Amino acid sequence: MTQWLATLPNLQPYGDPMYFGYLLLALLPIVVGLYFGRRFALYETAVSFIFILLMFTGPHWPQFYALVAYIIWETLLVLAYHHYRQQADNRWIFYGAVGLSILPLVFVKVTPAIDNGHASLLGFLGISYLTFKAVGMIMESRDGAIKELSLWPVVRFLLFMPTLSSGPIDRYRRFEEDYQNLPSRAAYMAMLQKAVWYIMLGFFYKFILAYFFGTILLKPLEGQALAIGGVFNLPTLGVMYAYGFDLFFDFAGYSLFAIAISYLMGVKTPENFNKPFISRNLKEFWNRWHMSLSFWFRDYVFMRFVFVLMKHKVFKNRNVTSSVAYIVDMGLMGFWHGITWYYIVYGFFHGFGLVINDWWLRKKKRTNLARKKAGQAPLPSNWFTIGFSIFLTFNITMFSFLIFSGFLDRLWFH
Amino acid sequence: MMDVKREVIAIIEDLFMEDISDMMDEDLFDAGVLDSMAVVELVLALESKFSIKIPVSEMGRDDWNTGNKIVAGVEELRNA
Repeated sequence: MTQWLATLPNLQPYGDPMYFGYLLLALLPIVVGLYFGRRFALYETAVSFIFILLMFTGPHWPQFYALVAYIIWETLLVLAYHHYRQQADNRWIFYGAVGLSILPLVFVKVTPAIDNGHASLLGFLGISYLTFKAVGMIMESRDGAIKELSLWPVVRFLLFMPTLSSGPIDRYRRFEEDYQNLPSRAAYMAMLQKAVWYIMLGFFYKFILAYFFGTILLKPLEGQALAIGGVFNLPTLGVMYAYGFDLFFDFAGYSLFAIAISYLMGVKTPENFNKPFISRNLKEFWNRWHMSLSFWFRDYVFMRFVFVLMKHKVFKNRNVTSSVAYIVDMGLMGFWHGITWYYIVYGFFHGFGLVINDWWLRKKKRTNLARKKAGQAPLPSNWFTIGFSIFLTFNITMFSFLIFSGFLDRLWFH
Repeated sequence: MMDVKREVIAIIEDLFMEDISDMMDEDLFDAGVLDSMAVVELVLALESKFSIKIPVSEMGRDDWNTGNKIVAGVEELRNA
């Protein structure tokens, strides 16, 4: 049974230019259909199935079975909870459902940490991103925001091929509305135009810029930095910038591809990056960097956590409440990346960074209010202060990526 | 019958020291009046003032982002 999977060629999503040749060819009938206002559901399912299968063929074949088991588990869970929620709303059932839906991911993340780096058999490419979608459906079912849920739409949403491996993370209601309501011909033409532009920009990002920063610059710099050793040295600073740009262009490039292919299929998958390096502070940065992830954490972790804290008046002071929520929110995001010290430190680094950022913004607001009352001009805001804020934010985020890269782990401990 | 609009404006002024009466169709996130933290405070205040339950999923930035949309949302939930 598994023999045939292992012998098939493997096609990693957006891995090389050839992939686009195959994919665009397979999508052509879908594009023609949408142009004439039709969705060929059966053909679309077949194409999605084949391309998903090819992600997990060859040496990755066990992951295919992990994916199938995972989809069955999450689909049953989401549907069962939604069905239950129509009758009753017990808080503990809700927590239980959320717990069970993240359980596979917890196994996958914890296994390498306690088993000498061996990957869990439950894991597969994309599990982290699917978990966000499943948890989101459970939470919105509890709120009564998702009124109807049935088998096929849930599977279709979870297994949406363009974003399966690494997002952007979509929301069920938004996705389903796009799926059910086909764009007008004019709207679809605009979507096609955007898709073409995104694919070209994505090629430039991923296959030229990310290659330049990640391979040509980064590799020699890493070698030099490791040869010198110590806590920090000049080539390590180079590693920091080269890795940071590599990370951005690689992931932003991937996201452009995933969005473009979604658009070709008539689905407006949300954006993931919006010029993150022009942010003036860390709060703004998180509205521009990996947006579908940070917005997910904002809506499903931060706001709900703040809601519970405030409703039960856990802290008297609102600033304490928001600080605790920032640290929990970002700390959890760190753990989500994986259970290694550098991912976790990365998460808390941003959590504390947001607390400091928030404190500074409040202080500035208070100062300006006092100056206004005293008839003074507000604190200066000019090209220098703005330029300095951007420079500072840029370097803080680049440093956080150096932590995230795990390079310091090699430099310090190996 | 409570004047929902006047009450909403009063709550926002009370919580965030911002008078939105002449910008009821402006995006309150873009205007810097609301952020994630403020939305939760606003929801709790609205819930206790109007004895309604606002689902957390409805707090989205597309549905409750202007003064008029908040008023409409509260009225809808009061009549539900």
